[in-house]
Amino acid sequence: MTLNVIGKTKLWFTVSAVLLGIGLFGMVSNGITKGKIMNFGVDFTGGTVLNLRFGSPVPLSDLRGILTNYGKGESVIQRTEGNDIIISTDPLSNEERTKIVDDIKAKFPSVELLEADTIGPVVGKELRSQAFWALLLATAGILIYVAFRFEVKYALAAVLALLHDAIITVGLIALLWRAVDTSFIAAILTILGYSINDTIVIFDRVRENLQRPGSGKRPLSDVVNEGVSQTMARSINTVLTVLFMNAALLVFGGATIKDFALTLLIGFTCGAYSSIFVASPLVVIFDKWEKSRT
Amino acid sequence: MIIISVVVVSVIIIQNMPLTLGLDLQGGSRLVLEAYDTDTVKVNDDSVAGVVAVIRNRIDALGVTEPMIQRKGRSQVIVELPGIKDPDRAIKVIGDTAQLEFVEAEWSPGDEKVLTQKKITEYYGKNARLDKVKEYRNGQVIYEKPIILKATAITGADLKGAWPGIDQYGNPVVDIEFNSKGSDLFAGVTSRNVGKPLAILLDNKIISAPNVREPITGGRAQISGNFNIDEVQDLIVKLKAGALPIPVRIIENRIIGPTLGKDSIDKSKFAGLVGLAFILFFMITYYRYPGFLADIALAIYCALTVAVLALLHTTLTLPGIAGFLLSIGMAVDANVIIFERLKEELQSGKTVRMSIEVSFKRAFAAILDSNVTTLIAAATLFWLGTGTIKGFAVTLSVGIVASMFTSLTITHMMLEMSSDAKIIDKPESKLLYRGFFK
Repeated sequence: MTLNVIGKTKLWFTVSAVLLGIGLFGMVSNGITKGKIMNFGVDFTGGTVLNLRFGSPVPLSDLRGILTNYGKGESVIQRTEGNDIIISTDPLSNEERTKIVDDIKAKFPSVELLEADTIGPVVGKELRSQAFWALLLATAGILIYVAFRFEVKYALAAVLALLHDAIITVGLIALLWRAVDTSFIAAILTILGYSINDTIVIFDRVRENLQRPGSGKRPLSDVVNEGVSQTMARSINTVLTVLFMNAALLVFGGATIKDFALTLLIGFTCGAYSSIFVASPLVVIFDKWEKSRT
Repeated sequence: MIIISVVVVSVIIIQNMPLTLGLDLQGGSRLVLEAYDTDTVKVNDDSVAGVVAVIRNRIDALGVTEPMIQRKGRSQVIVELPGIKDPDRAIKVIGDTAQLEFVEAEWSPGDEKVLTQKKITEYYGKNARLDKVKEYRNGQVIYEKPIILKATAITGADLKGAWPGIDQYGNPVVDIEFNSKGSDLFAGVTSRNVGKPLAILLDNKIISAPNVREPITGGRAQISGNFNIDEVQDLIVKLKAGALPIPVRIIENRIIGPTLGKDSIDKSKFAGLVGLAFILFFMITYYRYPGFLADIALAIYCALTVAVLALLHTTLTLPGIAGFLLSIGMAVDANVIIFERLKEELQSGKTVRMSIEVSFKRAFAAILDSNVTTLIAAATLFWLGTGTIKGFAVTLSVGIVASMFTSLTITHMMLEMSSDAKIIDKPESKLLYRGFFK
């Protein structure tokens, strides 16, 4: 059974455009309503995060009162799981932080400090440039490797599909207003590295089919359709096993790992889709361009 | 045989070399310090290396087990203190410059309202400046006394030792002893300044300014201030380790309580088991007998990966655990690719044995290419790596390489053996088939 994936290219690209549009809309509307396109965490912006666990529910207004005494009334105070509360402020000095925690402890003796992170603005700036270079380097590395093992048009198609996955993931995370920190960058890089696997399995099959005698005369779209159909089951199953683990982490994994798992879940799903419905049609399009020029 | 020995060796390694838990899992403190230029010292290789050496001495004196101190970039030093009980105190001990100075001084006839800097320079010399000595009672400042600081006579560099002591009122103090150069200088200063104060400064703050009653020649002195016993201990640690050659500021400071790590381990363990169960179940129901073999290979994969991580002395972090769990999901990918191929080859009418050989051979290129690209991304991550993310990159990379080994060799061997043992001998065997795309 051969599926006609290439014939419906317009449909697939429309779906992708809609997803990209939703992501972009999320970022733009965040920019307008919240002042920044994504919920950048202290890793990027600099600041202090206090993760506190209380023995019983506490009114957030009491905590805000204590923070106001130190001129930090504008801080973000959020409940996470159970009676855990996260407070994000501008960078606090060691003394300020100790005093605030002591004040909270005086009012709520059951409190336990789970985590306290203070990141200076310099670090955030470094991280931003590092993240940029890491993404660029990973993309370039993958581009070169695929171009070397296949052809340039395959490499371009694969990398465009990857960027498609990365942008949609970033957009949806922005829309969902999830905190973005160092592990988000790690998640995006992992998505780049893993999502290309399916693309390569398809391309590998196309390459193999092209080497069969007589296949040179067939239009590339037929060969690609055949390759996609032959590899459909493995494309789905490979991602499925990873998604099982991912879903388990998302549901049971605890607050610190949830956003990471969610990012990967979106990215991997997107990657499975784009391997079949974005990368493969792109190869056919690039091939047509190549032929029309000669 | 090979399979059994891989498993046995892995188990032995895991039992004998437990993985060290990262800061995020066992709790502790992570600091990033940045050295900065002053008028007298500039950030360079020597001064930052000096900072590392002094900090190492101070941490050793604090008695932290397995601290990590390393340089990052031109001017930064990363310090990780696993399992530390009182991080705030450690931060003070590590980050203070601890420049001790004995400064010749004179009680000032008035405060800044009457004395301008111009007058001070005129009366007391070029480097003289006005400061205040705080007098404490029960921890409260009771009054401030203006003092003129003239010239630094001795620094902490000329100390030989420091001990905790008690002054005549029973307050904790620090007893110090100078080296021979310091002793001479101290004798000179005290004989020149009988009847005048000698200010003791730590990081440009006056601790106290006792009046010199007589020349002191023994090379011993006492630093009194408004200290409690902990502060005396910490000051001794700092004085013994010496001053930082260049001041530093804290640009990153993470404190992780012990509860959070335990929480994370328990939760990710449970999540991992659930995910693993799903994968094992899926492989058996979808791929039947080969799926069962892949599950065995997956179990070996888990043992092998943990063993390699232990051998590499990897520090296990929360992202590291996540990376390992994800790699379990990725580890069966190669087997999925091979088994799908196997189905096709069997459908094309080849014998079981032939199909096994062909599918492993044909699938190899795809498996290699897809894993190399993931490794490229993991390598970039390692390079980006701040502490915990590095852990993720390492477990992911080790996992990818180990999974190529288990799925390409171990599953292959087991399938061949099964075919030789006639467990799977006919292409239409019920053990092999359950395709959606028949």
